[in-house]
Amino acid sequence: MAACTVLVLALVLLNLPAGAAGRVKLAVSSLFLPMFGLAGASQSFVDRASYSLLTRDTLIAEVERLKKENGSLLLTAAQAQDLFAENARLRAAVGWTNRIPWKARLTRVIAREPTSFWRGATLDFGSSDGARIQLPVLTRDGLVGRIRAVTATQSQVALLGDPECGVSIVVRETRDLGILQDARTSNAGDGMITVRLLQSSPGVLAGHHVVTSGLGGVFPSGIPIGEIVDTRQIDGGLYTEARVRLGANFNRLEEVYVLMP
Amino acid sequence: MNRIPLLIVFLAAWCGIFAQTQFPSIFAWTGAPVSILPALTIYVALSHSIGIVTAFCVFASISLDSLSANRLGVSLLPLFACAFATHARQHLILRDQTYARLWLGLGAGVAVPFLTRVLLSYGPRTALGDLIGFDLVLSAGINALACPLCFAAFDRVRDVFDYKPIAESSFRPDRQIKRSRR
Repeated sequence: MAACTVLVLALVLLNLPAGAAGRVKLAVSSLFLPMFGLAGASQSFVDRASYSLLTRDTLIAEVERLKKENGSLLLTAAQAQDLFAENARLRAAVGWTNRIPWKARLTRVIAREPTSFWRGATLDFGSSDGARIQLPVLTRDGLVGRIRAVTATQSQVALLGDPECGVSIVVRETRDLGILQDARTSNAGDGMITVRLLQSSPGVLAGHHVVTSGLGGVFPSGIPIGEIVDTRQIDGGLYTEARVRLGANFNRLEEVYVLMP
Repeated sequence: MNRIPLLIVFLAAWCGIFAQTQFPSIFAWTGAPVSILPALTIYVALSHSIGIVTAFCVFASISLDSLSANRLGVSLLPLFACAFATHARQHLILRDQTYARLWLGLGAGVAVPFLTRVLLSYGPRTALGDLIGFDLVLSAGINALACPLCFAAFDRVRDVFDYKPIAESSFRPDRQIKRSRR
């Protein structure tokens, strides 16, 4: 009797339409909200406690470093502004449409994927904040993944290496195109992932940078992904495969940016 | 029967699932999330009725799937299959022996992720990892250690919260010798 009940229940749950399954998941996961709140509060308490241990000299040194960095960034931003205006003029002259600038929204990672079957994380950022499926997620160091499911208060991210997060890439130095493969052939957990270039590319070398190509329409072009560690020829030299060290550290994801159109 | 020990087992499962989503440094160290649900399922299967075992499996699997990219309900069948097989043979299992608990935990630690992976291989999305991989070995080891600990901890909780049996006194009124001056 119990076995039949469970079998029927499992069949019903597995065949629920995506919308209904999402609502059930939301309802059940809302039971964990107090725990997420508690985890966030305890984390901020630990952070505050560690800040109070910092000496005045350390803080002054940090402020000085940030001032220098801010000055350098302001200069870069001014140059970029000039280049942006020039780019807009040239685009208008050629008749290309202008690129729409993206807005980055900072949000907190509240949970990791609890199983080893997928690579994911949960963000404290839902549809009520403007989250949508497919929005790119990144850190200051590079691309992290894309949003795969959204509820009113949270969204789930498919991290690089997950089968649901295919990325079209380009090697910045040689402009060779390729595809970031899922973690079946590489382990994104240890910070490395495999890239398959679309043709044999002997010019691609260790130390070259991998960025998003902008093809596919999900990720805008130019988001840094990582740095090539080594390459090898595969399929009788028809293609090149490269191991890439990811820029973002997936084991230390605390805050991420969501790119909003 | 006092329900508090049972509620504590459910609470432990809930906290265990939540803990799987936190502590990325443990994940970085082990290489896979650490789950003690199989060990808890074995404890429930050997300590409670089939109704409670079913309720526990439904609660745990839906809670886990709600926080995961898993399809809703995919972890229910492996968890229940493990629990049902253990519950059905409980009269043959030496529940109080530590080595039996250890082997049961090890078996459940292998069976639950393996069956889940088999189920996922029939789904529209193919899961990461091999059918028999490092995460299976890790799960086996963790649950083999966790299972005896679960039994020890929750049996103690049950002893604390359960109603104590009335102590039989050796005094019997019908056998009382009544003394008098007559």
